[in-house]
Amino acid sequence: MKTLRQFVWGILILVFSASLLAGLLAPTPYAQQFRDSTNAGPSRRFPLGTDELGRDRLSRLLYGSRVSLLLAPAAALLATFIAALVGGVAGYLGGWRERLIVRSIDLFLSLPWLFLLITVRALLPLNVSPVASVTITFALLGLLGWAGPARVVRTGVRSLTSSDFVLQARACGCRGSRLLLMHVLPNLKPILQAQFWISVPVFILAEANLGLLGLGVAEPLPSWGNLLRGLENYGAVRSNPWTLAPVVLLVIVMGSLQLVFPGEDYS
Amino acid sequence: MTRRSLLALAACLVSSHAYAQMGGELHFCLRSEPKTFNPLLVSEEGGETIRYLTGGVLIRVNRSSQELQPELAVSWKILEGGRKIALVLRPGVTFSDGTPFSSEDVAYTMRALMDPDLHSPTGDTFRSGPGSLDVKVSDPYHLTITFPAPVPGMERLFDQVAIVSAHSPHKEAAFLGPFCMAEYKAGSYVLLRRNPHYWKRDNAGRPLPYLDSVRLDIQNNRDLEMLRFRRGQLHLINNLDPELFDQLAAEIPSSVHDAGASLDSEFLWFNQVPSSPLPAYKKVWFRSQAFRRAVSEAINRDDLCRVVYRGHASPAAGPASPANQFWFRAGLKPHAFDPQGALHRLEHEGFRLDGAVLRDREGHPVEFSVITNAGNKPRERMAVMIQQDLGKIGVRLNVVTLDFPSLIDRISRSFDYEACLLGFLNDDMDPNSQMNVWLSSASSHQWNPNQKSPETEWEAKIDRLMKAQASVSDPHKRKASFDEVQEIVWDEAPFLYLVYKNSLSAVSAMVQNAHPAGLRPQTYWNVERLSLVSEVARSR
Repeated sequence: MKTLRQFVWGILILVFSASLLAGLLAPTPYAQQFRDSTNAGPSRRFPLGTDELGRDRLSRLLYGSRVSLLLAPAAALLATFIAALVGGVAGYLGGWRERLIVRSIDLFLSLPWLFLLITVRALLPLNVSPVASVTITFALLGLLGWAGPARVVRTGVRSLTSSDFVLQARACGCRGSRLLLMHVLPNLKPILQAQFWISVPVFILAEANLGLLGLGVAEPLPSWGNLLRGLENYGAVRSNPWTLAPVVLLVIVMGSLQLVFPGEDYS
Repeated sequence: MTRRSLLALAACLVSSHAYAQMGGELHFCLRSEPKTFNPLLVSEEGGETIRYLTGGVLIRVNRSSQELQPELAVSWKILEGGRKIALVLRPGVTFSDGTPFSSEDVAYTMRALMDPDLHSPTGDTFRSGPGSLDVKVSDPYHLTITFPAPVPGMERLFDQVAIVSAHSPHKEAAFLGPFCMAEYKAGSYVLLRRNPHYWKRDNAGRPLPYLDSVRLDIQNNRDLEMLRFRRGQLHLINNLDPELFDQLAAEIPSSVHDAGASLDSEFLWFNQVPSSPLPAYKKVWFRSQAFRRAVSEAINRDDLCRVVYRGHASPAAGPASPANQFWFRAGLKPHAFDPQGALHRLEHEGFRLDGAVLRDREGHPVEFSVITNAGNKPRERMAVMIQQDLGKIGVRLNVVTLDFPSLIDRISRSFDYEACLLGFLNDDMDPNSQMNVWLSSASSHQWNPNQKSPETEWEAKIDRLMKAQASVSDPHKRKASFDEVQEIVWDEAPFLYLVYKNSLSAVSAMVQNAHPAGLRPQTYWNVERLSLVSEVARSR
């Protein structure tokens, strides 16, 4: 198991490094259109071929990986922070206030997030650069993705506040923020870590889903989401199997994240 | 007789038999659920398909020649400058339930159609002025219809009017078209059966249609439609995407048909609404003819056709495509791709290139966004290509895809957008159907709708010309007026026409007599003459 984890870590490091070094490794700028070489197969000039507008698929995959792999953890961090705040307060306060917050979380979870995301995105200003648009997309994902983790955090805090060591701390006169910061929060760390790593692939897939609907990252910036849009046409994929590269990479990264950070250890 | 000549004779017998083979069920897909089966209320593609297959009309526009051909009316005459039409009906025609067809049915249909309480979209096309309709029935085969005001191109509008029965006990089950409704399973299929009383006969005197039935599967998924076509489960595909067309062309070259330019065009326009929430300097850009023309000249239309539509489109110059044989203005050429010329035009207007950034007279970098509907891949791809083209003259374009309701809200209510890329799906060739686009007071005058009075001289001129063409019945005078409208639109560029899409379709080798046309319905416009040959006959 340890060897497997090391191997998987190796894969993740490789993918992250390649995406961070996209500027050096990409053969061409990701947005440059070679209009005389559209839908080209793999060649020395275009190792993964070109897309329907003649853009180099490898360059787009490298830059797209950077976008998805950097911004999904950022969104996961935001969601985990909000979850820790809301869930922590609910679990710590207890009583009617806890019930009120939990009901609010339930209400939030019952919202059709996809439609909510589409609506919120439609209300945003139009004249934003692609980089700003991708940041906004992931920020929205983060702002909308906290409710599930918040319930887990609330349960964890409830369990911690009724544990023997917290009882002992209370008996010793420890109260309020000191109790929360010194005793509850450090013991909550494994739960927060698990929630963070569970959220990362969820947000990567959510962006991919939005990209499939054409509502993800704005063109010409690539992301895994808009790269996956090229796979809608089954016939084209069958005759050009190299177009599956983004799916293969997505599966490898998602699988690796699950192997390296198994959520069931904590939740 | 030699063995070879015997074989040739056998082949001739088989082919002549196949040419007119009776029976069989034609299968193809409806891309959306029909919203209504009432032919007077049809407003969408699914309903139009059913109406075309089951409805009998007085006058039909031949989709291949674009000429008018007599159907239930054997002759007609336009009178009083386009206010009145005198019709002579075909004798001996009966509805599918056996009820005889007469002038009473036409009168009943026209009165129902023009009833303001019915809100018939087809009726609206005849409504050119206030007042009511007057129908005078002289005898079972002669009648005159008088409209309150002249209706330009009136006879062509009858192509959309399916006659309903005035006297049948079950009006909804009485049809005059080649097929009648047999079964409908919501969300699944519509089955149409042969009308046993259909009046048309072929040259050999045999009753039409040749087919026994038509099954329309309600199926929105294009990939599934393609898969079923490849398996031989479907016989026709209309409006094929260029990508799917090329795939099918590689697999079954004989099945695909590119009928050339369709009536549909794609275009881009700038928001010129004075009250829109845009910065004042951007309003100045968008209201400048030089700016619009420069942007138009910086777009490589040939590349759009070649890359996005894989060659199945042509660069567009104006509102009428070459498919619209009569109204097309042949002298107009698309704005030539000329980035240097575009820059010179902008420099004359006070813009200057500062490094790689174009700036206006006050130093603002030229940057704007274009919105289009999410999920429409050709439009998204065109927008990205235009983004690169405009980048070459220092203009930064942000491409924004929105869900359709949000897009409509922005272009028709809040006017909170800068440029928009959309298209027209045209069914009607007559410019009269575009009055709601060209009149400055109209709600679909997209770049600046609902004007109390025309805000520019050229819009006032378009208003005058459109009203002039609508007030005369002489087609050549009307054409002269609309040609002038097209010239103004070309020069002022309120719409930057990008491409005319080709009409792409697929027809199975089992279907005989299919002649796909540029106009809708592309593949089955002559449905009564379509026939199916069996696999066995085909393999011989």
